Amino acid sequence: MPRYFTEDHEWLDVDGDTATVGVTDYAQGQLGDIVFVELPEAGTSLEKGKDAAVVESVKAASDVYAPIGGNVIEANSALEDDPELVNTSPEENGWFFKLSIADQSELEGLMDAAAYKSFCDAL
Amino acid sequence: MRYLPLTDGDRAEMLAAIGAPDIDALFSDVPAEHLLDAPIEGLPMHASEMAVERHMARLAAKNTAAGDVPFFLGAGAYRHHIPASVDHLIQRGEFLTAYTPYQPEIAQGTLQMLFEFQTQVARLYGCAVANASMYDGSTACWEAVAMAGRLTRRDRVVAGPIHPHYLATVETMARFNGDSVASLMPDLDADPNEDGLIAMIDDETSCVVVQYPDILGRIPDLARIAEAAHAKGALLIAVNTEPVALGLLESPGALGADIVVGEGQSIGVGLNFGGPYLGLFAVRDPKHVRQMPGRLCGETVDAEGKRGFVLTLSTREQHIRREKATSNICTNSGLCALAFSIHMSLLGGEGLGKLARINHGRAREAAERLAGIPGVELVTSRGFFNEFTLRLPQEAREVAHRLSQRGILAGVSLGRLYPDVTALENGLVVAVTETTSSEDIEAFAEALAEEVA
Repeated sequence: MPRYFTEDHEWLDVDGDTATVGVTDYAQGQLGDIVFVELPEAGTSLEKGKDAAVVESVKAASDVYAPIGGNVIEANSALEDDPELVNTSPEENGWFFKLSIADQSELEGLMDAAAYKSFCDAL
Repeated sequence: MRYLPLTDGDRAEMLAAIGAPDIDALFSDVPAEHLLDAPIEGLPMHASEMAVERHMARLAAKNTAAGDVPFFLGAGAYRHHIPASVDHLIQRGEFLTAYTPYQPEIAQGTLQMLFEFQTQVARLYGCAVANASMYDGSTACWEAVAMAGRLTRRDRVVAGPIHPHYLATVETMARFNGDSVASLMPDLDADPNEDGLIAMIDDETSCVVVQYPDILGRIPDLARIAEAAHAKGALLIAVNTEPVALGLLESPGALGADIVVGEGQSIGVGLNFGGPYLGLFAVRDPKHVRQMPGRLCGETVDAEGKRGFVLTLSTREQHIRREKATSNICTNSGLCALAFSIHMSLLGGEGLGKLARINHGRAREAAERLAGIPGVELVTSRGFFNEFTLRLPQEAREVAHRLSQRGILAGVSLGRLYPDVTALENGLVVAVTETTSSEDIEAFAEALAEEVA
């Protein structure tokens, strides 16, 4: 399953027409202890680059943008009671939402793991 | 923080640093013709402190103050007795600030007071969580409507006969928020029109706003409206302008209201010429706290396990969330909340109940006496708390005006609250509190009987 990364420190796992979205380990490290995650409801239509979720840490509240467009299939309800999953397992159990990909071409221009690593190293 | 006045030397040094020859040079952008070069024409010259005091006292004596005459005005602002200890305690240096804490954790006493204030408001309203207060009842009412919009993601507001100033605030803000407001006019019927209100709720409705007791002093059936609102996925916002009423009436939260807001002025604050007042705001379901506006004080323990207080969930607030904050309010009514909290602590639950019973008893005495006047009718069937509406045989605004000239402040006419609504023009809203004596009631009744004869 190919994994993509964005410059806003989100990751996407693409499985056919479905993408699972979360924030990266680098992002959670910058945010600090996560205390709340506001997720989009299933059925919400997201446009690439627009607000999709809010992640709140003891330091700040940050918006999470939709890395690509699509309809939300499911949000990770485990984050409601366990927002710290974003700290402990950011790139696995701490996923945010799954969407049905509206336009595969929007994946073009996203980074792969190696490109994202050098992107972070340069920060 | 100390106020240290500048010396001429300080000024010269600062002017030299920025390269300005003198202070006037800082105002060189103001066109010369707008700069004052002589006293303003028509304004008297300065006078001594004593002369100014004498002048102001003469002006003030032209007012008819609430305590000077039989006084029956209410409709959102109520005259109550405030124990002298409240004013004494709020002026203690440890407490005295009108402002919200901006470096909160160093002000543990202020935070503890706010935490206790929140606890009192939450209990009074039958809610899980209250915030540290808002500007006044009307702005709290709008904030509740905006919050309901965020929670339901709907934009249609249904408002019952709430105080017209509260409705005006909601309508003003809704205009810029994109919400539409459908409101029900009050009528002079004995019972609030719950059927009419319920018929206005549909699947697009974000919230139903109901005043409890309503602007005419009637007691709407909140539980029934809550059920109807919830059946359509809408929230019920209960608005209360007289917190003393909740010493006797079931709390709005217990009756199913999702957000409860109101004016806190009755407890500890006083009439204050119409302000500053105190907005109360609480939510019944703790899950809704993140969408709540305003400052919120929480209890916690420090690194040594000692009890302490913090401002919590600040990420909802404007200084952190900027334009995505739940509200542009980033403050609270610090001093008024303190006065409320001290007065409420002095009353206690039992004292509040007792005060409420005295208010209700006096109001019943007045209602019976006034409704016994030929041609005067009491507009209620279910009862009232300390405020009721009379239907007079003629326009109430005129009658109230004539009574004021006889030294009796008789009540707020509906014609004043709803100008140009003919169906309401004979209505007079009369408030009676523990400050009203039997002599006041008798003076009012005798004068009213003569005026409407």
